[in-house]
Amino acid sequence: MIESVDMSLVDWSRAQFALTAMYHWIFVPLTLGLTFIIAIMETIYVKTGNPEWGKITRFWMKLFGINFAIGVATGIILEFEFGTNWSKYSWFVGDIFGAPLAIEGIMAFFLESTFIAVMFFGWGKVSKKFHLVSTWLVAVGSNLSALWILVANAWMQKPVGMQFNPETARNEMVNFWEVALSPTAVNKFLHTISSAYVLSAVFVIGVSAWYLLKNRELVFARKSIIVAAIFGFLTSVYTIGTGDGSARHVAKDQPMKFAAMEGLYNGQEGAGLVALGVFSSSETDPKNENLKDFAMKIEIPNILSYMAFMDWNAFVPGIHDLIDGNEKQGIMSANEKIERGKVALAKLKAFKEARKSGDKELAEKLKTEFLAKNFQDNYFKYFGYAYITDTNQLIPNVPLLFYSFHIMVGIGMFFMFLFIYALYLIIRKKAIKHKLFLRVAIWSIPLAYLASQAGWIVAEVGRQPWVIQDLMPTMAAVSHISTGAVQTTFWLFTIIFTTLLIAELRIMFRQIKNGPNS
Amino acid sequence: MFETLSHLALQQYWWVIISLLAALLVFMMFVQGGQSLIYNLAKNDEDRDILLMSIGTKWEITFTTLVTFGGAFFASFPLFYSTSFGGAYWVWMAILFCFVIQAVSYSYRKSPANFLGQKTFDAFLFINGLGGTILIGTAVGTFFNGAMFSVNEMNFSKWETPYGGLEAVLNYHNVALGLAIFFLARIIALMYFRISIDDKVIFDRTKKHLAINVIPFLVFFLLFVIALMFKPGYAYDAQGFVKVEPYKYLHNLLELPVVTVVFLGGVVAVLWGIFTAYFKDSKKSIWVAGPGVVATVFALFLFTGLNNTSFYPSTFDAQSSLTIVNASSSKFTLTAMSYVSLFVPFVMAYIWYVWKQLSKTTIDRELAKNDYH
Ligand code: HDD
Ligand code: HEM
Ligand code: HEM
Repeated sequence: MIESVDMSLVDWSRAQFALTAMYHWIFVPLTLGLTFIIAIMETIYVKTGNPEWGKITRFWMKLFGINFAIGVATGIILEFEFGTNWSKYSWFVGDIFGAPLAIEGIMAFFLESTFIAVMFFGWGKVSKKFHLVSTWLVAVGSNLSALWILVANAWMQKPVGMQFNPETARNEMVNFWEVALSPTAVNKFLHTISSAYVLSAVFVIGVSAWYLLKNRELVFARKSIIVAAIFGFLTSVYTIGTGDGSARHVAKDQPMKFAAMEGLYNGQEGAGLVALGVFSSSETDPKNENLKDFAMKIEIPNILSYMAFMDWNAFVPGIHDLIDGNEKQGIMSANEKIERGKVALAKLKAFKEARKSGDKELAEKLKTEFLAKNFQDNYFKYFGYAYITDTNQLIPNVPLLFYSFHIMVGIGMFFMFLFIYALYLIIRKKAIKHKLFLRVAIWSIPLAYLASQAGWIVAEVGRQPWVIQDLMPTMAAVSHISTGAVQTTFWLFTIIFTTLLIAELRIMFRQIKNGPNS
Repeated sequence: MFETLSHLALQQYWWVIISLLAALLVFMMFVQGGQSLIYNLAKNDEDRDILLMSIGTKWEITFTTLVTFGGAFFASFPLFYSTSFGGAYWVWMAILFCFVIQAVSYSYRKSPANFLGQKTFDAFLFINGLGGTILIGTAVGTFFNGAMFSVNEMNFSKWETPYGGLEAVLNYHNVALGLAIFFLARIIALMYFRISIDDKVIFDRTKKHLAINVIPFLVFFLLFVIALMFKPGYAYDAQGFVKVEPYKYLHNLLELPVVTVVFLGGVVAVLWGIFTAYFKDSKKSIWVAGPGVVATVFALFLFTGLNNTSFYPSTFDAQSSLTIVNASSSKFTLTAMSYVSLFVPFVMAYIWYVWKQLSKTTIDRELAKNDYH
């Protein structure tokens, strides 16, 4: 099972997955949020019959359509990439992981793609009510697709509801609801969709601000800002709340990720939160270049302990504790976990040998031992560690995680104030004149995308070296293909996605320039 | 209710679902067929707009059917997913590229400032029509002809040629299926244009193109089916031991009479549809030929997986061949997924309803000029 893995194959496969996922994520959040904003606008239109709202609805719908098409184009690649590039992974966890993908197709994508046709081609052909219902169904459909894919992703961060089967050498589902409703999944879903709503609200406000700055479409822009600011304010509060929940889940289930997000090397009781920090170029550990010292930091005492464990004085393990172990706090060392992982793997191999040689009795005995609760909880739990050859592999990229996390949180807080201020200006009827606010609103659009991508970097890069936390490292998941093949497709994807992105942006900008009256 | 079924019954049930999705996908590929006709059937830009407007409301469903086919295959037979996608890397990547460029083209081709120009997006649609159908058809051919891979005792698979699946084109039988599907998609597209577009000029042209496409379709389809009946297949016994069986597919034809009836019924319906379209100038022949396509492909897929047949044989190591028994998900997962499959009729019902609503107005030149979105 452990063959010599070609690390450059692993790295290129990771790069390719990261590339396609990050491109997908450029388009998806706007789909998730804008549909709801459009549905609200159309509801107002149908309720009031005011043609101005009809115009507003159609304009945002047009932008939505431009964005949607390319989201679909990038999504299909991702789905098949699990098979093409992570084929061992697809077997090892396919019994659990495939289900959400299939459910997504059956329950969500069809809903979306059927009713989107009504949204775009149905004006004037179907009744207003049916059109409105279709718009809402597209919103629901897109958010359902987010639900199922995030269930799959959450399961990778915290595998639950399964049991390893030595006969088939894979994890098998034993409880569907435990997978679908795991608290990690629910939290992840809520945080991700609410963050997408925030991004969409920022988008609507930013585009409207541009019209106001140009002194165009004043009524249109004002009305759009009202809807978006209310929607944005509510969802930004919710995003912060669920983000906090995410952090707690990470602290509990993925302590290494958490330590890296916070740049916490040495664990502490009553650990402080580094609100702002800059890493120096020197390293605390010459063997791992991801371990850097802070050159400067502003720390708020005890907050981190509270954030992670709801206890001002709780112990928060640092990277060194997790690697070297900490007996006092009951933390096992990485080397011990590696040993235990190797014991689990050896037993699995012995079982396979016995099966092969036809020794039924021995095979049954080994299988029973393997499945015993004690063995599962103390050995199989660390199965993936068997592949780790150097404990430094267990440390993700600390500066990248620290900065990504802090950028996301900082921008998230800023947005809440942005929405409050927008509402204030609307109420005082001042928005049109306040040039600085309008400029800030426009520049907030790229910030929203930055925060969103940063969030995924925290989640996915922070999970390294695991594809499935503690059970399967990335290097054991990869398909048996040549590095050259992956390099080639990587560059092809880069070219094609970048070209399409440029096309998308140009069409989007032109459409905005032409305005809602074109 | 599904809990009471045996693992084998669930595996068979899921093979039926996969076959159904494949059948619907092949039918829905009239979208691709139509795209491959935009340079022949349309003589100018205006014609092209009409054609693309008429399939433009449908392409997403084809796309989604492909995505769902992949997802359902992953959930029910994960070993296929990991073996074929990871192994026939180039084939699947080529298919994916064909679909990536399709997804943006409908909405961008007429947009102002569209960067690549309308001609490029139209070419993308043509490439998708040509490549999507032929490649998928050829890849499905390997379900009958096998591929060079091995699976070890940990169920990790490895491709045993350096060509990443491209070697499939060296087998004429795979290619015959690819081409048959390509021409079939075009035939169904011509029928679809007849029913959805109200335009005499285009209607008249569809007749000529029917003639052009029917002949190669019949040649490749018959070549595929006849060769299939004479070729050996991979069968497995109760212990899961795989061995080559001469005339395996002919045996399946004789041993699965219900499926055979579906198959023959489907073929007759397709031929009848073509006949009425050509000789009787029928506008509605798609209502006969369409279900015929679904029935034919559905039955063909059932022949590949049921009756102890390996649905993805390994020509490198027969014992590595994939069967619905050794490649499937656990009983628990199949049971859970079976409940999800109950949504399928519901999904088909609302698609049907929405299409009926949208097709109340047929497309004509006037509409295409004013309303191109
Ligand atoms: C506009 C985007 C946006 C904003 C403003 C925020 N987030 Fe976020 N965050 C995301 C967009 C996002 C995301 C892209 O949706 C992620 C990526 C993976 C996930 O589950 O959601 C994410 C992940 C993510 C994770 C990692 C979860 C994991 O590893 O599984 C944490 C701990 C937080 N967020 C915490 C926060 C906090 C405390 C915020 C307070 C302001 C915050 N986020 C604002
Ligand atoms: C769309 C939002 C997402 C983004 C932007 C994203 C981003 C990333 C990035 C940056 C990596 C590379 C990590 C590294 O190698 O250091 C990665 C890897 C990966 N992600 Fe995601 N991810 C997203 C969603 C998902 C989801 C929903 C799933 C699962 C359902 C998933 C599964 C994976 C897998 C299997 C890998 C490859 C193995 C690995 O490197 O760990 N991702 N992703
Ligand atoms: C890495 C794992 C992912 C895979 C395999 C994946 C797969 C796909 C596929 C195949 C499509 C096209 C569907 C169609 O035929 O219409 C798609 C679109 C979509 N996906 Fe993803 N996706 C992933 C990540 C995500 C995440 C993390 C979200 C949201 C939280 C998401 C939300 C959506 C939405 C809303 C669409 C609709 C199209 C659009 O936004 O433009 N996906 N995805």
